Amino acid sequence: MNVSLILIILLIGAFVTYFAGDKLASKVALFFSLVALGCSIVLLNHFYAGESISFVSAWINQPKISFALNADGLGIAMLLLTAALTPIIIFSSFGNEYKNAKGFYALILFMAFAMTGTFLAADGLLYYIFWELALIPIYFIALIWGNGDAEERRKAVVKFFIYTLAGSLFMLVAFIYLYTKAGSFMIEDLYKLNLSASEQLWIFLAFFFAYAIKIPIIPFHTWQANVYQKAPTVGTMLLSGIMLKMGLYSVIRWQLPLAPLAAKEYMNIFIALGIAGVIYGSIVALRQKDLKKLLAYSSLAHVGLIAAGTYTLTIDGFRGAVLQMIAHGFVVVGLFFAAEVIYRRYETREISQLGGIRTQSPKFTSMFLILVLASVALPSTFNFVGEFTVLYSLSQINIWFAVLGGTTIILGAYYMLKMFQNVMLGETNSKTFADVSINEGVSFVVIIAVLIFFGFYPKPITDLITPSLETILNVINKN
Amino acid sequence: MNTLIAITGLGIFCLLFEILNLRKAIVPITILGLLGVLAINYYEFGSTASYYNNMITVSKFSTTFSSLFIIITIFLVALSHNFYENHPTKISDFVAIKIFLLAGGVAMVSFGNLAMFFLGIEILSIALYILAASERLNLKSNEAGMKYFLMGSFASGIILFGICLIYGAMGSFDVAEIHESSLSAELPIWFPIGMILMIIGMLFKVAAVPFHFWAPDVYEGSPALTTALMSTLAKVVAIATLYKLVSALNLVPSLDNQDLLGTFENIIVIISIASMTVGNIMALRQVNVKRMLAFSGISHAGFMLMTLLTIATSAGVLLYYAAAYALAGIAAFSVILYVCKNQDNEDITNFHGLGKTNPLLAAILTASLLSMAGIPIFSGFFAKLFLFNQTIQAGYIALVIVAVINSIISVGYYFKLILAMYSKEPNQERTGKPFLIYAVAVISITLNIVLGLFPSLVLDLLN
Repeated sequence: MNVSLILIILLIGAFVTYFAGDKLASKVALFFSLVALGCSIVLLNHFYAGESISFVSAWINQPKISFALNADGLGIAMLLLTAALTPIIIFSSFGNEYKNAKGFYALILFMAFAMTGTFLAADGLLYYIFWELALIPIYFIALIWGNGDAEERRKAVVKFFIYTLAGSLFMLVAFIYLYTKAGSFMIEDLYKLNLSASEQLWIFLAFFFAYAIKIPIIPFHTWQANVYQKAPTVGTMLLSGIMLKMGLYSVIRWQLPLAPLAAKEYMNIFIALGIAGVIYGSIVALRQKDLKKLLAYSSLAHVGLIAAGTYTLTIDGFRGAVLQMIAHGFVVVGLFFAAEVIYRRYETREISQLGGIRTQSPKFTSMFLILVLASVALPSTFNFVGEFTVLYSLSQINIWFAVLGGTTIILGAYYMLKMFQNVMLGETNSKTFADVSINEGVSFVVIIAVLIFFGFYPKPITDLITPSLETILNVINKN
Repeated sequence: MNTLIAITGLGIFCLLFEILNLRKAIVPITILGLLGVLAINYYEFGSTASYYNNMITVSKFSTTFSSLFIIITIFLVALSHNFYENHPTKISDFVAIKIFLLAGGVAMVSFGNLAMFFLGIEILSIALYILAASERLNLKSNEAGMKYFLMGSFASGIILFGICLIYGAMGSFDVAEIHESSLSAELPIWFPIGMILMIIGMLFKVAAVPFHFWAPDVYEGSPALTTALMSTLAKVVAIATLYKLVSALNLVPSLDNQDLLGTFENIIVIISIASMTVGNIMALRQVNVKRMLAFSGISHAGFMLMTLLTIATSAGVLLYYAAAYALAGIAAFSVILYVCKNQDNEDITNFHGLGKTNPLLAAILTASLLSMAGIPIFSGFFAKLFLFNQTIQAGYIALVIVAVINSIISVGYYFKLILAMYSKEPNQERTGKPFLIYAVAVISITLNIVLGLFPSLVLDLLN
């Protein structure tokens, strides 16, 4: 099967959604995202059958840019993550009414299109184009359909846009520089380059700028919490569930293999930055009063750990990072959805105004609890597998990295359980809280099923990603 | 050559409409005429010929750029219909002047003799002076015309002086002869000095820093359609002419012979950086959209000047950049013309809530601004990409980094307008859907995106 088909489906889906009108838009969008998921699963089967899944077509002659897509195990894993989360995110929005829904859902599908392209692109420039394209829909989603004061929201969103664009433009310069050396943007040609140590350092920093802002790694995180809070929940899910994985994925796929010497030389600094994010995020999360902001900072802590894992340059670090990316993608979407479920009923996200929900809605409470426990990496959840592997790889570099990184579990447990206590437990709330509807329940159940299934049996995913991660590691270690 | 004759004929024909009292038909017939001219130009494409003792030389460069100019003029003429609705008696004059201006532009890229070059630049400039002052009851428009005329004639004088010095050095006005003798070892110092004077004059027309001071006032004061013309057609003509001047007179190798090349390149780098930076920083503070686009045009001029550093290979890149910039500009200005019709200014407040009242035009303006800011998949992105690629290959990596930082700054003011359209409440109702404005906006932005998807279409024309 042609891999570009998935991209075409999502792109056409975006247009059809726009022209389907406000009433049908959400259903049409869900339909197309499910078709894309189906195609991705078919693609997975082809991959297991041993076919090489790539598509190359010449695009621009001078400079030579080709429309090249390639899906190895890592690419397929990220593709599946995007394809699985998109319908969940769309479905989770069914309880909300949006003005101009056709534009809203069309932008979601367009964003899924761009993110899928980023994960699949095998040509540096094509990858860059998709990377940038993903930014435009989320900008408008957050700007037009976001919540809170319009003026503050504008500031937050513009800051986000300029920040991320600034980072990626330096990546563009790095790509052009690499092109002048290699004469091609194709990833395998770029992998073959032998750059000097100082060149690699500049390339590494240019990429780091782009990715550190996107992921975000401190000190480039200042846009994050405000945007997460101001964006509509769907936008927050897209940002935290999939879009920041673009940054982490790109570290493994592009940054490290293209500048291995610099990566090895300065490894400790970048691991330390990641771990600093873990500690900083956890501590700030302790003090948050807004549910969405708390989740934003907890997300900052988790991705800091993932980033630290990728910079260890070990197979365990890579594997743990990718596992944790997928696990975090699901759990964070679930948590933000839980926040949205609460908001639908109480119209507030202030933790102090919540509490006493448990007695009124046992089903919601148990689902939320499972998600909270998964996010603090309780054994038998998928997140445990990921975080444990990452911590193990950190301990191989330096035991103190693992110790400090391990605080994510302790601090995480503390602030997440405290949050759960304040939000759900306590005296019965005077306002009534209707238990989850069937629609809402389906989203929760799917997410929880994924988290628990792979928590007990992560082997399919490890088997899928390990060979391609080993290939990348070989490129890194070739000189 | 036939193109130039046909354009001039069309211009005279437009004047006759006034006499024959056929004003209603003027816009459609002129557009048809221009399409015919485009077809004539297409048949000349690829041929190389010179006419009238080398006065005019037709080459690939001149035909491709002429086609771009003709296409831009078609859009501008189409916009005239709506714009001059309130002055029906003047429309044939204004359309005719635009056609003559096009003739000047075509002469400027196909000159084979410096006399022809000067004739072309004067035809273009005088047409622009008239158009700038064409709203004769408006004080600002008068001021713009006067200012532009004074500064413009000054620049023309400098160019003329440069031509004289070159004649003194080479004993000829003929480009081919100058080209040949410019490689001789003993070149009089008057040649580089004359070239510098000519380049200064052209930089004035391009509105590059530090010769840019006229631009914001003139752009703001002129009628909006004239501003559209200045910022798209006139700018593209001027930069293409500057490029042709530097390459046809063999400036780079002749300077290389005299060890002056490094100085020349440094000057270009400095002017380019100054134009980008000053243009962008000044644009950040503007509330008038026309003024903002004037400064943005200054910064784009800085980007396009980078092509002079790689003059041997960058004609295709310049054509692509110019096309991307001009198409985005036309799309943006057609929306501005629609929004600011019957308003006494072009402030950003007029655009509040356009996303709600008129989603299509808001989307088009957004797309054109994104293209100017250099966001993929619009052609503005590829224009910058190819430009940066050329420039890095020539070894100017620091210049590219400055350019990248400038691209980031530019996002600030382009997005100010986008934010105003989508996040503010609408403050006025607009009625009417002028067909021609919609058509121009849609077609030009579509062309922009098509160029983005298939850059080779344009890029390979001149490689």
